[in-house]
Amino acid sequence: MSAATYWYCLRSIIVREGLRFLHQRERFFAALVRPLVWLAIFAVGFRAVLGVSIIPPYETYILYDEYVVPGLVAMIQLFNGMQNSLSMVYDREMGSMRTLLVSPLPRWYLLVAKLLAGVAVSIAQVYVFLGIAWLWGVEPPPLGYLAVLPALVLSGLMLGALGLLLSSFVKQLENFAGVMNFVIFPMFFASSALYPLWRIREGSPTLYLIAAYNPFTQAVELIRFSLYLRVDVTALLWVAGCLALFLGAAVLAYDPGRGLWARRGGPAEQA
Amino acid sequence: MFEAVVLPESPSISAIHEHAAPSVAALAVEDLSHSFGKRVALDHVSFTVPPAGFTMLLGLNGAGKTTLFSLITRLYSSRSGDIRIFGFDLRRQPTRALERIGVVFQQPTLDLDLTVRQNLRYHGGLHGMRPSDCEARAREELARIGLSDRADDKVRALSGGQRRRVEIARALLHRPSLLLLDEPTVGLDVDSRRHILAHVRALCREQDLAVLWATHLMDEAAAEDSVVVLHQGRLRASGSVREVCAETGTAALPAAFAALTAGERRP
Repeated sequence: MSAATYWYCLRSIIVREGLRFLHQRERFFAALVRPLVWLAIFAVGFRAVLGVSIIPPYETYILYDEYVVPGLVAMIQLFNGMQNSLSMVYDREMGSMRTLLVSPLPRWYLLVAKLLAGVAVSIAQVYVFLGIAWLWGVEPPPLGYLAVLPALVLSGLMLGALGLLLSSFVKQLENFAGVMNFVIFPMFFASSALYPLWRIREGSPTLYLIAAYNPFTQAVELIRFSLYLRVDVTALLWVAGCLALFLGAAVLAYDPGRGLWARRGGPAEQA
Repeated sequence: MFEAVVLPESPSISAIHEHAAPSVAALAVEDLSHSFGKRVALDHVSFTVPPAGFTMLLGLNGAGKTTLFSLITRLYSSRSGDIRIFGFDLRRQPTRALERIGVVFQQPTLDLDLTVRQNLRYHGGLHGMRPSDCEARAREELARIGLSDRADDKVRALSGGQRRRVEIARALLHRPSLLLLDEPTVGLDVDSRRHILAHVRALCREQDLAVLWATHLMDEAAAEDSVVVLHQGRLRASGSVREVCAETGTAALPAAFAALTAGERRP
């Protein structure tokens, strides 16, 4: 197996994911409308309630709109990561997962390629959102748009790997709604996406602790800092560490010898 | 335990399988067992598929055919027993083993919203094929199934029989030496069924392919086929149709199958 083999494989997985995405225009709009609703309605309402003091990486007083944008970017990635894992469960039920896994390339590589494909789609959405946010008046430094790219790849992979891991535990599509409620909402609300951590601490020290250790908070901060041309080393290490952990566990969960299928059987066997 | 079935050597076989001696079985399943929790799906199953020729895997629903296919395609691994594909152990050399397999699953697995060509390209990529090779192979295979003019149509626009043929073309794209088909005619009308079966038989003859065709429909077997009979996770018989009939003292395969699977039926 040469390097070219790996590249052709990765490319075709990304192309397929991109084509599928283009065919689901509703999904694109849904993915875009969600953060825009937050920005255009929630942020405006909250602007007056929540004053944000000067905290890094910001160097001056900022409007709440500006504070919330990195959190909404991370939200796009969170939803995307979960949606991808949802499509994994769907693919597994529908059998197209089998097509993927029959590839002679190592399974960990196929899973990582699948994650990268999802991340590529989410990054496209993020940039469209950032463009609209710019029109809205949220204008980070121009270079920040470039600097945020590696952060987006890393946080996208981490959230995707979490979704992948969850998808390996979910047996059927119907169970996934529960995962959404128990994962997406707590992760999003108990994080620094909507309000700074010091604000949370004022309200509840316990929630502060939860939020501080929430991987999603770290993803948000990583994105926030890089968008303003700073590096949050703690967040970087956190996100990288969580990525390694989630991905390792997901690869193990999809391992032919140990995984869920070997124990409980694929969809056809359950029938 | 297992003996490779030796077929008369032909130059074309050795040309195709220059990596493996022609006498090595396309598929050797040895003492294979697998269970899901307490339910035993496969119980010490052993058989071989010759390196060229048509082998029918016969079994009723729930006989363990799909589990067997999942294990052969390494969707998951068995707890005990071995699977070898042209001599390559699936556990130790999965890449070399999987390269040689083409699969058509029971469930349709094409992306309905993508075109035929996009579907084939995706598959070629998964097997690490260079895009230009993939394109050329796709043209060849689509011409063979008579769907060249539909290459840029969405799969959704194709009939059930056409979709199956595309799946067969896809399975052959990377030039496998062993083609596995799991109940490929389920849900098709009589005409499409006959067409698909004839198509795969012709492929098998013309390309010296080894074919393992799983079905519960006895009338799909021909007199010259090898058969493997699976019932309730156990191997009941394997060999030529003639041998299996002789063994059971019956005149034809349906009767032989009935005799082999008579008695305890799963509740």
